[in-house]
Amino acid sequence: MTFSRPTFRHPDLPPNSAGFLRQDYEGAVSTLCAGCGHDSISNAIIQACFELALPPHRIVKISGIGCSSKTPAYYLGRSHGFNSVHGRMPAVATGANMANRDLIYLGVSGDGDTASIGMGQFVHAVRRNLHMLYIVMNNGCYGLTKGQYSATADKGSRSRKGGVNPLESIDLCELAIQLGAGFVARSFSGDKQQLVPLLKAGLSHSGLSFIDVISPCVTFNNNPESTKSYHWVREHSEATNTFDFVPFRQTITTEYPDGTTKAVTLHDNSTIYLHKPPEGADVTDRRQAIDNLEDHKDKGVVLTGVLYINPESADTHEILHTTTRALNSLTRTDLCPGSAALEAINARYR
Amino acid sequence: MTYLHSINDCVIRFANINGSGSASANNLFARAVFRMGVPVSPKNIFPSNIQGLPTWYEVRVNEQGYLGRRGDYDLVVAVNGKTLQQDFTGLAPGGYFLFDSSQPLPEMLQRNDVRVIGIPMTLLCNEHVENPRLRPLLRNILYVGALAFLLDMELPVFKDALTSQFGTKDSLAATNIRILELGYTHAREHHPETCHLAVHRRDRTGEAIIMDGNTATALGALYGGATVVGWYPITPATSIIEAFGRAVEQYRREADTGRFTAAIVQAEDELAAIGIVIGAAWNGARAFTATSGPGVSLMAEFLGLAYFAEIPAVLINVQRAGPSTGMPTRTQQSDLLACAYASHGDTKNPLLLPADPDECFTMTAEAFDLADRLQTPVIVLSDLDLGMNDHLCAPLTWDDERPYDRGKVLDAEQLDALTVPWGRYLDVDGDGICYRTYPGTHPTKGAYFTRGTSRNEYSAYSEDSATYQRNMERLLLKWETAKSLMPRPAITIHDPAARLGALFYGTTSAAAVEVLDGLRARGLPINTLRLRAFPFQQEVLDFIAQHELVLVIEQNRDGQMRTLLINELNLEAGKLVAITCFDGLPVASRALARTLEAALSERGLMPPSSLSEQGDVS
Repeated sequence: MTFSRPTFRHPDLPPNSAGFLRQDYEGAVSTLCAGCGHDSISNAIIQACFELALPPHRIVKISGIGCSSKTPAYYLGRSHGFNSVHGRMPAVATGANMANRDLIYLGVSGDGDTASIGMGQFVHAVRRNLHMLYIVMNNGCYGLTKGQYSATADKGSRSRKGGVNPLESIDLCELAIQLGAGFVARSFSGDKQQLVPLLKAGLSHSGLSFIDVISPCVTFNNNPESTKSYHWVREHSEATNTFDFVPFRQTITTEYPDGTTKAVTLHDNSTIYLHKPPEGADVTDRRQAIDNLEDHKDKGVVLTGVLYINPESADTHEILHTTTRALNSLTRTDLCPGSAALEAINARYR
Repeated sequence: MTYLHSINDCVIRFANINGSGSASANNLFARAVFRMGVPVSPKNIFPSNIQGLPTWYEVRVNEQGYLGRRGDYDLVVAVNGKTLQQDFTGLAPGGYFLFDSSQPLPEMLQRNDVRVIGIPMTLLCNEHVENPRLRPLLRNILYVGALAFLLDMELPVFKDALTSQFGTKDSLAATNIRILELGYTHAREHHPETCHLAVHRRDRTGEAIIMDGNTATALGALYGGATVVGWYPITPATSIIEAFGRAVEQYRREADTGRFTAAIVQAEDELAAIGIVIGAAWNGARAFTATSGPGVSLMAEFLGLAYFAEIPAVLINVQRAGPSTGMPTRTQQSDLLACAYASHGDTKNPLLLPADPDECFTMTAEAFDLADRLQTPVIVLSDLDLGMNDHLCAPLTWDDERPYDRGKVLDAEQLDALTVPWGRYLDVDGDGICYRTYPGTHPTKGAYFTRGTSRNEYSAYSEDSATYQRNMERLLLKWETAKSLMPRPAITIHDPAARLGALFYGTTSAAAVEVLDGLRARGLPINTLRLRAFPFQQEVLDFIAQHELVLVIEQNRDGQMRTLLINELNLEAGKLVAITCFDGLPVASRALARTLEAALSERGLMPPSSLSEQGDVS
């Protein structure tokens, strides 16, 4: 739905610590259906970037094709964006990141874009541990082509037209954990309280952060029998744990009782405090994290929150041992060996 | 019976089993010819296999400098039992058959018009080499030694080459030299006055180097300032990336940190490879990929995005014989149309057409300037023959004053200085090329949304027909601008009054020039134009207009360049005659001569006296 947004903002809305107003993180008006889960995620992205006080122009938005991939136009209007080819956001993000490691990369994709046409790209971006936040806006269907099931639709889920999905679903989070992503989370577009801090943590993690956000398609897949509907997810979700994300600039004010809280410090010195129920799984342990997902799946419950975290991982630049300078900033003097070196090369071929 | 005799004009064919180390021994022979100052051209004709299948290596020695493949052979070193008969039968009449006489020659191999030279290579190696694992490798060196004698060559040249290959301290060098001498001595003792082919020292190579095109291409990328590579392994392009990797290790390591000023990403497939290139180039790095036909097919969708969203990219296509997997280790020029029009919709891509390693170097470096300037993918069309075989060429040169042309890119200062609103797709200079910005340039200005969907001049999504059409027409204007920037064709007018012209490009050139020189000597002058780029410039149209008939010589079945010329220059089809060679082997001049003469005779264009028997005993 296209609507005009009022330009008026409350004059007393405070700027963030970098001096930016929340509106500095906004984008064009959304053209998605009214009530689309994706718009809530867009808002959460704006909120997370605002709260982290990221300079908007230092963020790069890259997406594939589909409803989700259209969203980068609707936030961060001062950032460069690239709406690329269906399923190929990870490759474009890889190239962009290689060219300039100093910027912040936000990859936005959908369940069709990632779990079907882009499955290979997703898997290998995770393997490369590309330093980026990879968000999947997951509605279990192809919205832009009018509601066909996608590969993340749950087996047995029923569509608006009554058809039952006969195929096994792909759990992108479980895959991401297996393939070595250092930060894996799942959330729900209807749960801003959880989603915003997850996005902030994901943006602060060094290496690949993957967040699967269940985001109901109000037009094609929001009937109560669909496992990707608002109703179903609200009734059937459970969080791994509660957590607090503390950016590195902020002082820690809360005291946590020993034994139930685990602090995980990220490379930028931000800290995630995980508050685990006594019988809960340890999400810093890969095996437990996967078991935890499977156990909840057996119970018909969607597990949300931080599913796995391991801040110690080398990203693509570390693996390739590339310079700490941005490659796109290097000049001919840095890059060209010159004519004398070429003479020596010629001599080797005589 | 007279046997073939010549000085510095012969073709030696080596018949081996692949994976036996023969290619490096055979290359040693070719390099020795080169180091004696005699023009030489080696061609490795190898199978799509790692070990155990037949492989051939042809070395043409030609003092006049005709270095295309000739097509037949005067001497064969037949050390592959499985192809013995084939190698025996194919030998030119009057030729020499050098074989491993450790086992007798099968009785069925009988010819009275060739000279058979047996050397017990395996037995000699068994006797003189202690380590059994080294014997097969040294057998290759042994026959090189024998050849050195048979062709009356300078043995010290070979020894020097082995010494520089292994280093003086290495005992391997000593062993190799010992076996080389053994082969030489054995041939001298048992086969004196046997072979009338000779290679004698000349001064015909000057400053030339001998290098494979893929190495030169990699160096072009190094000098052109490439910093990001996305690639997926594919024959015959892989060695570009390997050579680039070695160059990065040597020339792009930061002295203080040991870190590299290039990122080479082996992708999961060719789609990702080109995606990485496009992402990097969009973000301001110089990036390239190297692939072959199947990879280009996979990259087609992304190429259309880069064309339409106007993102630079450099793609090296080392062509091999298609369609499909085709003959993956054989050469062809059959991706021309697929590259010129890669992707759906109205898409056209500038092409560069190198003919030797020197041009691989200069054109690859230039491709980065062109891609940045034109904001579009630029494809360098090499092929397996050029890429993987060694070619004699001028030494590589680089002008240290030459700047990198990064094209129309606005920095923060320029954005601040603008007095009118900036539009990413707004053509302010009238050349069809607009100004772009890199991400992260300015806190409040210059950000835009890149997309493959239609948009207006200010990069806002638009489905307005007039806006779409205006943009597509601007891209055509940019195409016109490209013509002024691409390398010009190389034109040779032998006779301003000549009725015939010939047009060729890339690795077809060497054989084509040789054949046309032959026809001119026999009274039929044909002017030539070697295409070096697409889009075609006015010179190409003028050249065609200047002649009654133009022969288009190329290595594909369908005459793709002819099609492209007719289509792009709006020519009358009958004016261009397709002369094609597409057997997957580098064009053979003698076969090309026959094809060409047949085409000319059919049209009554051959001088009556000149239908020769060329191709037989010379």
